[in-house]
Amino acid sequence: MTHTTAHPPAHAQRQSFLRKHVFSVDHKVIGRQYLDLALVAVVTGMVLSWLMRFHLGWPDTPVPLLGKLAPTGAAGGVMTPEYYLELMTMHGTIMVFFVLTTAPFAGFGNYFLPIHVGAEDMAFPRINMMSFWVTLLAFLVLVAAFFVGDGPPLSGWTAYAPLSAVGKDAGPGQGSGQTLWAISIGIFCIAQLLGSLNFIATTLDLRTKGMSLARLPYATWAWFVTAVIALVAFAVLLPACILLILDRVAGTSFFIPGGLVISDRLQPHMGGSPLLWQHLFWFFGHPEVYVAILPGFGIISQILPVFARKPLLGPRVFIACLVAIAFLSYTVWGHHMFLSGMNPFSATLFSVPTLVITIPAAIITLLWIGTVYGARLRLTSASLFALGFVSVFVSGGISGFFLAQPSTDIYLHGTYFVVAHFHFVMGVAAMFGIFAGTYFWFPKMFGRMMSETLGKWHFWLTFIGVYCIFMPMHYLGLAGNVRRYSAFTDDYLQPLIPLHRFITIAALFTGAVQLIFLFNLIRSRLRGPKAADNPWEATTLEWSTSSPPPHDNFGGRRPTVAYGPNEYGVAGPAGRDYVMQAAAQ
Amino acid sequence: MGRLFAVVVTVIALVSAAIFALHVWWLPPDISAHGSRIDRQLNETMVTAGILFVAAQLALGLFVWRFDVRDGMPPRAVKTFPGGVTPLVVLAILFVGIEILVLTFVGSKVWASVYQTPAPAEALQIEVEAEQFAFYFRYAGPDGKFGTMHPDLMNDATQNFFGLDPANDTTARDDIVVGTLVIPVNQPIDLRLHAKDVNHSFYVPELRIQQDFVPGMVIPLHFTATQTGKYELVCTQLCGLGHYNMRAYIEVKTPADFAQWLKAQAATS
Repeated sequence: MTHTTAHPPAHAQRQSFLRKHVFSVDHKVIGRQYLDLALVAVVTGMVLSWLMRFHLGWPDTPVPLLGKLAPTGAAGGVMTPEYYLELMTMHGTIMVFFVLTTAPFAGFGNYFLPIHVGAEDMAFPRINMMSFWVTLLAFLVLVAAFFVGDGPPLSGWTAYAPLSAVGKDAGPGQGSGQTLWAISIGIFCIAQLLGSLNFIATTLDLRTKGMSLARLPYATWAWFVTAVIALVAFAVLLPACILLILDRVAGTSFFIPGGLVISDRLQPHMGGSPLLWQHLFWFFGHPEVYVAILPGFGIISQILPVFARKPLLGPRVFIACLVAIAFLSYTVWGHHMFLSGMNPFSATLFSVPTLVITIPAAIITLLWIGTVYGARLRLTSASLFALGFVSVFVSGGISGFFLAQPSTDIYLHGTYFVVAHFHFVMGVAAMFGIFAGTYFWFPKMFGRMMSETLGKWHFWLTFIGVYCIFMPMHYLGLAGNVRRYSAFTDDYLQPLIPLHRFITIAALFTGAVQLIFLFNLIRSRLRGPKAADNPWEATTLEWSTSSPPPHDNFGGRRPTVAYGPNEYGVAGPAGRDYVMQAAAQ
Repeated sequence: MGRLFAVVVTVIALVSAAIFALHVWWLPPDISAHGSRIDRQLNETMVTAGILFVAAQLALGLFVWRFDVRDGMPPRAVKTFPGGVTPLVVLAILFVGIEILVLTFVGSKVWASVYQTPAPAEALQIEVEAEQFAFYFRYAGPDGKFGTMHPDLMNDATQNFFGLDPANDTTARDDIVVGTLVIPVNQPIDLRLHAKDVNHSFYVPELRIQQDFVPGMVIPLHFTATQTGKYELVCTQLCGLGHYNMRAYIEVKTPADFAQWLKAQAATS
């Protein structure tokens, strides 16, 4: 369905400051708000990881100021074991939900999906505004856990029951902090459900004349597929969180079996199943991995052709693989539970689709590498991060082979090998997608160019830094180093402490390098050189309008699309090597 | 800049792979009857995954080196990948597909032999109780029968970790409860895993064995140790503030030493 009528901008031009910049229904403002929230969240999450890494390297050395910030958790600057686990839980939760879901999907998606399809705004602008404010509320509720009586929860971002469900008896952090966690994630689910509906409706209903599905830019394809995944995944996590809250505050026993004795007290519950939580959580949790990484797939597939000056290899294959991954992502959750006490026969059943999902992922990787072949490659900060994305995605994806097989998972489950795997494949890779997207779209969003010199320094130091942090974690895992330990008291772990110190130094260094990025963002926003409408010579619709785009995106006139997004390396008009999607036929 | 990228990616790939290949950090020696098959599966996966990893990184580096546009280069036309997209798709489906089939057929047998097969009849039965933040082990004693567990009687202060009721339950009176898992070498061991409070996990790297404890479930786990010695059992499922320190020792003894130990324990309990 496409809209053909041209009509005046939907929103009034004269608006109060509050309506324009704070409670705005403009998808561009909302997209920037999501990105700002993700920036606050990622700085918070990174500081938490610094503290954790420092503690792992030098457990007895006080951290300056930490003793004042957390007088109970880290008296004198040396953190307690429970405080370590609390930081770890908050790090994981903040990063997965408020950075990896919020920035590449909700943030960039909100800003560019409507422009990509040639619409003036999202299908439901008010619901869109509500999604952001609900997300912010979820973040505030989560952060509030730092300030309640016994501190934030310590049960990890997976919040396994019954540790997360039984309340105060299970130890510090399992009181009101854990309840706030469950409420926060429940609220976050509502925001994502609303946001996903908007993405799907906008993609299907608001495409401009000539914008067939085959002509959708690849980032928008990825956001669309991601929205479908998120719609089903968050719809399962939301009731799971409600059941967890009921177990905690209303005395129900969905996840708590009978006969539990905690802190020498027989618990007043019976009949629940701890494995039910794991099934519900991972039925959300594994698709969530794809919610975090598929937008990166789309962003990279859109950016690589621009800087390779040739079309993406196999665009239809790329889209077919995205859809295949989306379907398969619902059939693999049990690979998190091979050793959970689940029926061991089902391990093989979950292992096969988990291994099969590597086929579309491998094909997409080959498409990217094949796109670089024969290119006229322009290396900018954006394209370097896109190429770096391919490298780190390969590194993270390969280790999946070990964890997808029940037989090798017996040894590697619960070790740093798993930490290395998911940090590379969904953490670092998704971050590289966010960085590539930022360097690529910043000129469009703010009308100013970012510094390429700083951007390239940022790339090189980050690229080498993340390998120094996460590659050695595979070696730790092979040596049997268990994850989620606040100190390594076991005999066999002692010899691994020097490797932990190396990782800590690399993490502090790589974290500090991000200040270059932050500085570049702020300085370019204020003093960057003015950006042209199409500085990268790209084809998609956002580059046909001004930088930044006007309130209604295209200045009162909806574009007509005659070409696909992939017209690079062709004989275009005026001696150009590309044809824009909105070019006259 | 393209050359720099190629060099950095190549160095990263080769150094990373070399550290794996040279076993600079590696698994501790295997001391179990089934472990050699897990190690072989891991090695096979390592070789194929390693080839894919190095090949993909080198191809990426090579293409960036070769097709980067440097200052002063004459303009040239872009080229499509030889043969287009079809050979890549066929390559990925065939190569990865065959790899998946092989790994699944071989790996499933290893998995099934440990987790889908019951312990042999002659296996020594031992009950394991995991709690925040310790493991306890129970042997049936001379009568060969385990006393019934009563959660309401579990009490750390009186050291009644299994909630036994020796006053009313005759089978419980001779049960042996200890904090170290002592087992005979070369005899199948059949564990029953109980969790008193929250999830825990049973992980012994040398034994190539790992299994969660789940409250409300009794989970069987069997293995055979093939070398005597003292090893560490650690918890791998986040269970609370003392998780990092939740461990116990496993002592694998010769059959004669084990019989003597068991006799001494029966005499004192």
